[in-house]
Formats: sequence, structure tokens, C-alpha cells
Amino acid sequence: MNIPQQLFNGLFVGSIYALFALGYTLVFGVLDVLNLAHAAVFTLGAFFGLVAVTTLGLPVWAGVLVAFVGGGCVGILLDRVAFAPLRRRPDTHFAGLISSLAMASLFIAFVQEVFGPQDYVFPPGTFPDVALEIAGARIQLIQLVIVAVSVGLMGWLSWLVQRTRFGRSLRAVAENPRAAALLGIDVERVNAQTFFLSSALGAVAGVLLGLAFNSVAFDLGASIELKGLAVIVVGGMGSLVGAMVGGLILGLTEVFAVAGIGSTWRDAIAFGLLFIILIVRPRGLFGRPRLRRD
Amino acid sequence: MRHGSRLAFAAAVMLAVAACSPSAASSPPGGGAAGSISAKIGAVLSLTKGAAVYGTSQKNGLELAVKDVNAKGKVSIQLVIEDDASDPQQGITAFNKLINQDNVVAIIGPTLSNTAASTDPIAQQAGVPVLGVSNTAAGITAIGNFIYRDSLTEGQVIPQTIKQAAAKYSLKNVAVIYGQDDAFTKNGFDVFSKALAANNISVVDTETFSKGDKNFSAQLTKIIGLKPDAIVASALANEGTAIVSQARQLGFTGPIIGGNGFNSPAVIKNGGPAAEGLVVGAAWNSASASPENQAFLTAYQAAYGAPPDQFAAQAYSGVEILAAAIEAAGKAERDPIRVALATIKNLPVPLGSFSFTADRDADHPPVIQIVKNGKFQVLQ
Repeated sequence: MNIPQQLFNGLFVGSIYALFALGYTLVFGVLDVLNLAHAAVFTLGAFFGLVAVTTLGLPVWAGVLVAFVGGGCVGILLDRVAFAPLRRRPDTHFAGLISSLAMASLFIAFVQEVFGPQDYVFPPGTFPDVALEIAGARIQLIQLVIVAVSVGLMGWLSWLVQRTRFGRSLRAVAENPRAAALLGIDVERVNAQTFFLSSALGAVAGVLLGLAFNSVAFDLGASIELKGLAVIVVGGMGSLVGAMVGGLILGLTEVFAVAGIGSTWRDAIAFGLLFIILIVRPRGLFGRPRLRRD
Repeated sequence: MRHGSRLAFAAAVMLAVAACSPSAASSPPGGGAAGSISAKIGAVLSLTKGAAVYGTSQKNGLELAVKDVNAKGKVSIQLVIEDDASDPQQGITAFNKLINQDNVVAIIGPTLSNTAASTDPIAQQAGVPVLGVSNTAAGITAIGNFIYRDSLTEGQVIPQTIKQAAAKYSLKNVAVIYGQDDAFTKNGFDVFSKALAANNISVVDTETFSKGDKNFSAQLTKIIGLKPDAIVASALANEGTAIVSQARQLGFTGPIIGGNGFNSPAVIKNGGPAAEGLVVGAAWNSASASPENQAFLTAYQAAYGAPPDQFAAQAYSGVEILAAAIEAAGKAERDPIRVALATIKNLPVPLGSFSFTADRDADHPPVIQIVKNGKFQVLQ
């Protein structure tokens, strides 16, 4: 078994899961709602990047930037349309699930209407086609860059949340929105910013996945939807560190389930392991007891 | 009181249902204006979700063929297209609508063998002829005597593919990868396994994946570590393209042998240089110089600005076959069309000289292709 290669395969796909889950869990951590449109934003992000690179002829880093900003704007739209009108209602959790699911269907229908069902690829030469041999593993340069961008974005988000003024108001809203409002924090503004960040990260994860496997199609998000959800549950709902660690664990487990046991059992083993983690730690790896009671 | 109203309601519902379902006597109207037989034909295609990439191509092929057939003036076809969203449940709804509401005289489709297994019994029971134009799994036409198809089965194409590839590359050991959660790719895998055994080729490793997977690096790393002479893949176009690209990225240089799912120009376009050396058996020789095929290529390119794939060719041929059957029957009625379909012999269509077997399957030789210089060419 080529262990270095499989190790890298796992870390690589895990870092994309982690980036996707990071945005997913951020909204949950701050607003206590699940945004089921996150996978649709992921798909939209991939298409933003694709259009930027193919139609507008921008370089690939600009494509990622376009996905970041475009995804963020979609996030604000999501917040305004699907979540804000429901915020004061007692059933906001379930209503939010449904309305975000509706938005997801709209986004995907839109993508399919505009782009059709076929697979799109980035034009040849979008990224230098260089392969490196490291300790017996054959690694594409683009894969290394993607891992670096993912890790960089995770670090940046942690810094933002832990060390900045914005992060402090974000944590205050997460703790208790009513108290935060009394302290003079503009809660609606923080909500919108959270959605911007969350969706921007989701969209970047989408364009990175599209670049990595050079394939962008309307069903891109379907492959990651459930995995992202599983990752944030196992990491501990709302925990940023948990999402990152959970993503890497899922990526590595998948790869080694295939390498060691057989691909037929991949999902059974990966999700089985997540299940065991939840039995041992019901709140997830990094989950804290619930503080918020509003 | 409450019971009474409930009973009345039930009775009303029953009446309504009875009124909606067509009585046996009201067979659909056939025979049009002088010289031209008008026929209402239904088509059930996967225009959205997983198999949309094939359904869209088929829709183009059907619409082009209807235009061409109607222009000849012998049969005038009105085509009603329904989307089954790549889902057997929706396929059933679409079949019921076409049979009972639109009163079509024949149905083309559905796109997926998976769906056909659920929908075709409905048509069989209602006595509506069905012409599958892309079903390649075993057993579809065995559903009944109203079920035909113009698509070669995997069982007709794959053994030939393996035989020719084995001779060309002197294959001894291969690794196999297939989609485990789809009837079409699973059936392809079964046929591949039999064909490999028949040619004394041993399988060093078998890997699987699921619909919608994008990342195949774990499976391919394992396969490549075992150094097979070739990789055999039973996959749909999107997953297939990704498998080919990632195998090349991981350093595999040997031949990759694919099933029917690889029969799409998209594989070459999206795979780029990675697709070189891909061996695929096909029901349609896109390079065939026959006048029917050349006319089809030109018309399709002119209408849609892109070259057709095998699915468009089979759909196009399907309409021509149905039109020929209607012409032979002399009227657009369900049972006469079924009878006339069986009499189709050596009909020149883009697929070649077309006949049905006694089991209502397509009967024409497959062609084994290899991707060279960005094009499907005949493997020699």
C-alpha cells in the first residue's frame, strides 16, 4: 500500500471538507440555525469561479476571489430572504430549515437553467500542470496550493473570531443575541456579516473542489452535503476547531477505509466511525454544553 | 351523517376516476390527412438530475428526427416529451400521463434502464409499444412483447470490447472500478467480469464508488499500486471522466477500458489529454461514412452547434424506426405499430443497417473505439 500517497489523498480531500464545514458550523454557532443552502452556495461558488476564469478570462486567483465575494453576497441574500423574516418566530429553527432548503432548490434550478446538466472544466493551462514526487507520493501542485489556501482561510477565520473587534461582537451574539443588543451591538449587522463569511468560505471550498477535480456541474454540492453536516455534528455543533478536525478525520477515514478494507465499505466505515465518536462524545469532539437559552 | 358524506365523497371520487380513465373503445385516433399518417408519440427522458446529460442529448436527437421525418411527408409525428428527473417514480407518472391523458400511440424512452424496469410494465399492460433508445441493461425487452429497443445491450458490446482490447494489448491482469449504486454501471460490471473471465484475464483488484463522487484518488492509488495492464471502468460520463483524469494524474499510463457510459464527446472534451488511450465499445460509429450517418452529423451540427453523441444518434434512429413501423402498419394505432416494429429489417439509419432480434433487441454490430488525438477512432 502506498501509504504516503493515501495519507496525502486523505488530507487533501479532508481539507476541502473542513473548509466547507467551517462555514456551515459558523452560521450554526452564531445564529443557532442550520443553513441547508450551504451546499448550493458551494455549487454556486464553483460556477462563479468558472465564469470568472473561462468567460471573463481572469487568472485563477481572481477566480477564487470572485467566488469569495460572490458567495458572500449570496450569503447576505440568503440571510435577508430565508432567515431574517423568520427570526422572531418561535419555530424559527424548523422554518429556517425549510426556507433554506427552498433557497437551495432555487439556486440549483437557476444553475441548471443557465448552465445545463453537463460537466464543465477549467480551460487547460488554468493552473500549471506540475506534479511533484514527495516521499513516494505523486502530488499535483494545485493540490498543495488548495491545502495551503484551505489551511490559510481556517487560520484567518480563527484569528478573526478570536482576536478582532468583529469577532468579539460575533461571540457576544452567539452567546446571547438579546444581551448583545442591549450592549449596543448591531445584531442584524453581525448576522449578515456571519452569513457573508460563512457563504464566502463555502463558495471558495466549491471553486477549490472544482479546480482540484477539474469538474464543475450543478450537482457538485450533492457529494458534500451530507458529509459536511456529519462533520459539524461530530466536530461539535458550532465549533470551528471541531469542523476542521472533523473534516480531516472524515477525509482520512474515507481514504483508509478504501485502501485497507474496500471501497464498497467506504461510507459505511466513515459514517460508522462518526457514529462511534458521537456515542463516546455526544456533543461532538469539541462541543460545549449549551449556554444559549433564548 | 358523517358516514353518509364520507360515502358520498368516496363514490364521487370513484366516479371521477372512472370518467378520467379511457374506456377500451376510445383508442387513439389514427390516420391523418391524405397521404400523411399523423401520430402522437410520447417520449420520457431524464432532462434533469443525474442522467440529464444523456436526456438533453436525446431530446435534441428526437426533435431533429421529428423535423426530418415530418418533412418527408409520409408520417406526421407530434412529439410529447416528459421529464422523469432520472427517477423511476417520476417515470411512472410520466408514462401514465402519456398513456391515459395524451393517448400516445407509442413511447420512446425512458433514458435509464433503472427507470425502464419500473415504467415498461405499465406500457405493456396498457398495450402501448415502447421503444427504448438508450436502455442497455439486460432484461428490459423481456418485460413483454410491446417493449423494443434500438440500443445494443452491454451484453452485446462489452464482450467484443474486451476481446479486441485483450488481443491488442495482450492483457493478463486488470483492475476494475465501477459504480455500485446504479443498475446500469453495476450491470456493466457484471458483463465485464464475465467477458474478462472468458478471455482468461485475471482481475487483481475490484473497487467501487457511488453516484456523485468526485474524488477517486483512494481507489486509484490502490489500483495503480498493483500495477495492472489496464483499468476497466463501468461508470457514467461524469464520474468516468474524473476517473480517467485522476488515474493519469496519479501516473497511470496504460489503457483504460470503459463501458457505454463513456460514449460521450464530453469525456474527450473534459478529459483532454487524459482521455487519450481510452478504449470504449459503442453502438454507433460516429465516423461511419454511410449517407444516413453523414446527413445526421451535418444536420445535428447545424441545428445545435455541437457534434452529436451516441445517445443523440440512437434517439434520432429511434424516431426513424417508429416512423417506418407506422408507415408499414398504415395507421397510427398501438397494436398495429407493435406488429409492424417486428418486421423492420435492414432499415438504413445513422446507427447502420438496422433490424430487431427475435427478442426485440437491436441487431447490428458494435464498433470498438479508442481516443486518439482528441477523437474517437476505430480501434485497429
